[in-house]
Amino acid sequence: MKSLSSLLPLLCAVALAIAGPMLGGYLSDLVVKVMILSIFALSLELLVGMTGLVSLGHAAFYGIGAYATVLASGKDGGNLLVVLALSMGAAALYALVTGALSLRTRGVYFIMVTLAFAQMAFFVFHDTPVGGGSDGIYMYIRPAIGPIDLENRTVLFYVVLAALAATYGLLALIRRSRFGAALAGIRVNEQRMRAMGFPTYAYKLAAFVVAGALAGLAGCLVASRDGVVNPELLAWHNSGEVLLMIILGGLGHLRGAVLGAVAFTLLKELLSTHALVGPLADHWQLSLGIVIIVFVALLPKGLIGIAQRVSPQGAAR
Amino acid sequence: MSRFLQVEGLTRRFGGLVAVNAVTLDLHVGEVHAVIGTNGAGKSTLINMLSGEIAASAGRVTLEGEDITARSQPRRALDGVGRSYQRTTIFPEFTVLENCRLAAQAAHPRPWALWESSRGCATSNAAAQAALDATGLRSEAERIAGTLSHGAKRQLEVAMCLATRPRVLLLDEPLAGMGAEETDRMLGLLAQLKASHAILLVEHDMDAVFRIADRITVMVNGAVIATGDPAAIRTNPDVRTAYLGEEH
Repeated sequence: MKSLSSLLPLLCAVALAIAGPMLGGYLSDLVVKVMILSIFALSLELLVGMTGLVSLGHAAFYGIGAYATVLASGKDGGNLLVVLALSMGAAALYALVTGALSLRTRGVYFIMVTLAFAQMAFFVFHDTPVGGGSDGIYMYIRPAIGPIDLENRTVLFYVVLAALAATYGLLALIRRSRFGAALAGIRVNEQRMRAMGFPTYAYKLAAFVVAGALAGLAGCLVASRDGVVNPELLAWHNSGEVLLMIILGGLGHLRGAVLGAVAFTLLKELLSTHALVGPLADHWQLSLGIVIIVFVALLPKGLIGIAQRVSPQGAAR
Repeated sequence: MSRFLQVEGLTRRFGGLVAVNAVTLDLHVGEVHAVIGTNGAGKSTLINMLSGEIAASAGRVTLEGEDITARSQPRRALDGVGRSYQRTTIFPEFTVLENCRLAAQAAHPRPWALWESSRGCATSNAAAQAALDATGLRSEAERIAGTLSHGAKRQLEVAMCLATRPRVLLLDEPLAGMGAEETDRMLGLLAQLKASHAILLVEHDMDAVFRIADRITVMVNGAVIATGDPAAIRTNPDVRTAYLGEEH
């Protein structure tokens, strides 16, 4: 039972890999979108769920990764690995600088400072010509390396799936490592961690940079999917949405973050479909808000809480 | 006997209030040095300053002759200055063993070794087990720490301190809220530990202090008014007036 449960993420990945070519255009596109958002949500889970750092500026790293991808791909698409490294590196660098400053604050001040840094990045792209201003910029050709060409939708699907699997695997590894144990300790009782000899600031900064780089990865993929970037990617409501996803899914669980990204995207999709909800579809923000309030009120542990209720030992991760 | 941890003229001001006023004392391996005083005498502030949790306004702390006044709290902990807290500050959602293993991990952190599991860390597990054995918590190792009895939580508090393998122990009221049996066990443990550790004990239980302490420092309003062996302190007229009360 337990071993089956721990294999679940792997089974999901294999099922997606097999089902990939069978999905139609719309469905395939939706799955890619959900997988990218899952990477984004997982990157925030490292901060919020694992380290206890509530950031309200996570979209900055996502947007910076996306912009870096478009800028680095240039007129000929560029080398995929180079573009990927540059976008993750740019996001990580911004995380290093803003993290070094914002981690000097705590609690609600940390939330405010991360939000402020994200807004700063938003306005840099919005109000300066560096990224085409408020209209954003289009990608000429998507990056490629050898036969792995993101212009091909099937290739994009598998690259995104591989990126999600790698992100999930990395975070699962972090969770069980000494680094992850220290982050969990910081989440529960930072004062005690310092008293025991952990330089907690350095640990938190490391987590912040890794989370930023992973959000940059998600940004790189979303830019490659859409072929266009605009400042909205960095907007504060994007930071809020990804926070909602991991809360909806259940904080403190990697699969909760993925579940949250899936549920959030599907809800948004369903509630804005005229065929399903009629004229209410034009006001999907309202219905989505109400649904999320109901979910959070009924499921304080998130969607993962349902799985825990069904089989208490099944949702250990 | 060498001066292991030496404190000279240590002072802490909070605005106009002098919480700790030019305190000078030293700790030796093989000795339990108790610091007593009324509430608000500055005892916990003193421990906070020695462990590096709050900075000193003036004064000097040296560990084995090395000046550690400017060192951060984590650095001091790694240098061997371990502390326990007056208010229990364990990790309530982790098991007892995990609490101690995490404490031990500070000395063997290897945060970059992501492929190694924290649970499988032999070095940290050994130190954690030793700390659990010393404090009599072995049978509780797999319990969730938050579900322990108050006395057992106090034991865990000390066990976590021991798991970091300190050479100096700064214990802030380790006996608070403990029953007679638990107190006996803790005093037995301190008697054992003092052979290899320099121990500073802040404690309100006077019976326990006079039973275990080799030296006692009395603080009043942030300042030291007397230091000496228990017999001398018991008969010191200043201490009687200021602390034990006239009628003693």
